[in-house]
Amino acid sequence: MSKVIVKGKTQGKILKSNNPINFLGAVDKKSGVIKDNTYDIYNKSIKGTIFVFPHGIGSSVGAYTIYSLKSNNSAPLAMICTKADLTVASGCALANIPLIIVDQKEFDSLENDSEITIDTDEY
Amino acid sequence: MELTRDEEAALKGEYGETFALVYRILVATGEATNSEKLIPIEWAHLSGVNYNTIGDAGEEFLSTLSKDARVKVKTTLNPMGYDIDSVSRYDLDENFISKQESIRKSYERMGVTSSFSCIPYDIFDLPGKGTQVSFAESNAAIYANSVGGLKTNKESAFSALASAITGKSPYSSLRKDNTPNITIQMKVENPNEMMYGMLGYFAGKVGETSVAISGVKEVDHRSCKSLCGGMGTSGTCGKFVFGEGEKDSEKIDFDKKEAQTVFDELNTTEKGDIVTLGSPQLGLDELHDLSLMLKGKSFTKRCMIFCPRSVQEQARKIGYTNEIERAGCDILSDCCTCLTPLINKNSVDGVTTNSIKGAYYLKNSTGVDVNLKSLSDIVKEETR
Repeated sequence: MSKVIVKGKTQGKILKSNNPINFLGAVDKKSGVIKDNTYDIYNKSIKGTIFVFPHGIGSSVGAYTIYSLKSNNSAPLAMICTKADLTVASGCALANIPLIIVDQKEFDSLENDSEITIDTDEY
Repeated sequence: MELTRDEEAALKGEYGETFALVYRILVATGEATNSEKLIPIEWAHLSGVNYNTIGDAGEEFLSTLSKDARVKVKTTLNPMGYDIDSVSRYDLDENFISKQESIRKSYERMGVTSSFSCIPYDIFDLPGKGTQVSFAESNAAIYANSVGGLKTNKESAFSALASAITGKSPYSSLRKDNTPNITIQMKVENPNEMMYGMLGYFAGKVGETSVAISGVKEVDHRSCKSLCGGMGTSGTCGKFVFGEGEKDSEKIDFDKKEAQTVFDELNTTEKGDIVTLGSPQLGLDELHDLSLMLKGKSFTKRCMIFCPRSVQEQARKIGYTNEIERAGCDILSDCCTCLTPLINKNSVDGVTTNSIKGAYYLKNSTGVDVNLKSLSDIVKEETR
């Protein structure tokens, strides 16, 4: 079961985190690098990935971080979450980054580094 | 989500690009929260003001948007990067100031009230119980729902902005009746305000939309704000209710062990070079308390105090500021501990604070060490 929040079509490699993401506090808006050392993807960049994570948390300004990532060419190609929070949904809507909500089973089946094609028309 | 014919037209761009854009945001957030319709809201509170947080992309976005976007309902604003009155005393670079000025003017052009405060609930009269609002500042949204009797989701910067321009929000989640499915059982005795911040931080991590908190008797306003600040930082949870919660709700203890885990995550040093108070910003009663606590004492290091401009003005009239400034504090308005360029890692290694929210952003965004200490310990140990 899945739901499309922001439409789009893309292809890329999965970067997966099991941590909920605080975009304002934990993501460098210029480079896309994760700078919170408590995260499982610390020091990795979300740029150009299909970014898979449970959901966004924390500051509402994280929506601007997502928009900035897009403007700085450091945004993920798409995002896949298990729960849509308003920060990620609105950030992706404004930045035109495809966003899909999947159930836990599908989330668990998504593996780091595997190549995936996303076409929201197929959902 | 069902849209009216008029809303559908706006989404399609028949009222121009700005409306198409803001309706796109409302539709995405509506779909994300399984909303069936948009409903009117009476007050929007926006985040995304500090140049440090929204950057060049945000500044340019607001500059373009403000050419034709105007807010439709009462709209107030979060803190920006610095205190407008004292900015010349700090060594801020020209670029920061000009970009921050541009952001300030963009919001002004849109008709937003320049409150520059993260505690709108302390400085504006609250509308009647059950009124639908749209608050992006997380601590303010939690306060509005949990203490203020208002209804809002934990909005994002863009969803609140879209609500300000349209006067509407998706009808979903906390805007409807919501019963917490988790009860946090507070087991720590005699908690101070910092413990409430840690409780909030913990609750935000385990709670999804709302939580019940049991084992808590009377919570003063300072502790309540600290709880809201901590909760807003760590999760998606937008409301708490004091009490046992539903019989079948999941019960989770918050005891010394859980508090220690939060403390260890956020406390990274035993000593700060400066002290900051105010994240969320301090209200008038807190400045009053502080003026009494600081009687005859002086800080041994720099202490920055953040409060809304209207609060500072009132405190000056009453005279609370005399004792606070005599004790060596800088009273700053329009900005707050979180992500102000007035605190940066070139000038300080560590910051002492009682704020859990402040600690998170000082550590992760400002990139300095944090020394967590309750207000009474700060006054005891950092003054003479």
